[in-house]
Amino acid sequence: MREDPKVQRQNENPPRKKKRNRAFNSSFQTTLSGYSFMAPALLVILLFTLAPIAYAFVMMFQKIDMLTMESTFVGLDNFRKVFTDPKFWAAFENTVTYVIVVVPTQTIIAMVLAALLNNKMKFNRTFLSIMFLPTLTSSSAMTLIFMWLFNNNGFVVNLLEDLTGERIQFLTNPDLALSVIMAMNIFSTVPHFMVVFLSGLQDIPESLYEAAAIDGANKVKQFLHITVPQLMPVTFYVVTMGLVGCFQIFDQAYIISNGSGGPQNSTLTFTLYIYQLAFNSNDMGRATALAFTLGLIIFTVTFIVNKVMKADEING
Amino acid sequence: MMMKKRKNLLRIFVYIFLTAYSLMTLFPFLWSLMTSFKTTAEITSSMSFFPKQWSWEGYKIIFDSQFPVWVRNSVVVSLIVTLLNLLFNTMAGYALARINFKGRNFLFNALLILIMIPSQVTMIPLYIVIARLGLVNTHTALIVTTMINITYIFMMRQFFIHFPREIEEAAAIDGLSRIGTFFRIVLPNMKASIATQCVFVFMAVWNEFMKPLLFITSPDKYMLTQGLNALSKQYMNATKWDVIMAGAILSIIPILLLYIFLNKYFIRSSDQQAGIK
Repeated sequence: MREDPKVQRQNENPPRKKKRNRAFNSSFQTTLSGYSFMAPALLVILLFTLAPIAYAFVMMFQKIDMLTMESTFVGLDNFRKVFTDPKFWAAFENTVTYVIVVVPTQTIIAMVLAALLNNKMKFNRTFLSIMFLPTLTSSSAMTLIFMWLFNNNGFVVNLLEDLTGERIQFLTNPDLALSVIMAMNIFSTVPHFMVVFLSGLQDIPESLYEAAAIDGANKVKQFLHITVPQLMPVTFYVVTMGLVGCFQIFDQAYIISNGSGGPQNSTLTFTLYIYQLAFNSNDMGRATALAFTLGLIIFTVTFIVNKVMKADEING
Repeated sequence: MMMKKRKNLLRIFVYIFLTAYSLMTLFPFLWSLMTSFKTTAEITSSMSFFPKQWSWEGYKIIFDSQFPVWVRNSVVVSLIVTLLNLLFNTMAGYALARINFKGRNFLFNALLILIMIPSQVTMIPLYIVIARLGLVNTHTALIVTTMINITYIFMMRQFFIHFPREIEEAAAIDGLSRIGTFFRIVLPNMKASIATQCVFVFMAVWNEFMKPLLFITSPDKYMLTQGLNALSKQYMNATKWDVIMAGAILSIIPILLLYIFLNKYFIRSSDQQAGIK
């Protein structure tokens, strides 16, 4: 398709037909230039995405010694070990609880905030700019800030003591440690999804709201009967991305528990457990088997949720 | 009359709600900023918002630690990764949009599938690939594994698909060479796409935690996020939260500056990411 620029410079106005012929004849050249433009991207993907994926399929059936790099075939033994391991089920429970709480909460808050911001008011941009801050902050800085707030000397603990008279210790309490990570996740993901919803809101035709207003529907009714159904495709994207993100949660759990997943495995997430198996227990084979299991779980849950939401969209 | 009153009431409610949420967003950052100026003694004993006695102790300890080295590491790696991403993603996006080569559709679909595979699933075999290449504990490991990004390949492809080919052809007819056309006609039009891509790639590398944790082992090569975590482990037991918060606040500042000066690209790109799906 690309023509030699020299030819063009000599020919002020080359006839169209000749150009097409030339393009047709140089299909080999086109393919070559196509692949050379793609080469860096393809090389990186081949080495650091495809090769690891292929390798994963071998590794999960092997026992690998990291020191000697020796591997022996053990069949499904890694998977048997994974599923009979109480720590796996702890990680499973934590991650599932995490997903069930965080995904709906952050989706609803993001949607409501976006609808409020879309009201064409003064200072809209100021609100938006301030609210976006947590999304910019690295997970490590954000986690340290939250640890400071929820620490035994922290602001939240002191405030709750002043209000209720009870001293609740969040980070050392197995029942509450995960909820701090949940709150942090919601806090830092909401602004991103809010902006996604905002752009979705701008595509909803104004006439729908005008018609509803004439019929006497108030703002809340308009939100429930126009905004929510019209936003369905965007919601679908937000829920999917939220699911994938929550199942992968790692940084925050690692930093809060110093890599241990404690207290009493209460912040042990799937990915943190994969990390522990690979780098603390040096069991790369079992870690890969667990990673593959996580991949399957993410895929299945996303698939089911998408089916349910799509069905909803058709009925509603 | 009644309608108008209700509308105003609603408006006030919305303002109050948005202000409350904004304050709630700001509070953790401001509280941490104030903490970083308090003395360690004050941190454990008092709840006042402003420091009773302003102290630079936290920042002094930070600057005497390896923190400046980590900042340098993060700046260098993030800049290199951003430049490489810009170059390679644009090239690949251009090829997918404009060059009609054999296997193009197949590659496009393959990329669509690959973008959906979570990185956690491949992290262990990726570590082994890096180990086999002898790249453990090098910044090269971080650079080569992040120097392209499929999301932005798609974004650039989208740009080239919407950019009218006739403009380029007209420039060529007017005697501009292909390189001249690219730099004087195409590039100025790409400003928004380039800025968006740069801002988000830079931020992603700057904030990345897991890859440095996997690949980098010696403290002098730590990235900032990783160093910050190490630092916090060192000072947390002594409740020296002023030091930890000084580090956290300093680590946010570069991104915050980018955000202040390039605000529109940050918000825009979140829109565009939604458009890709």
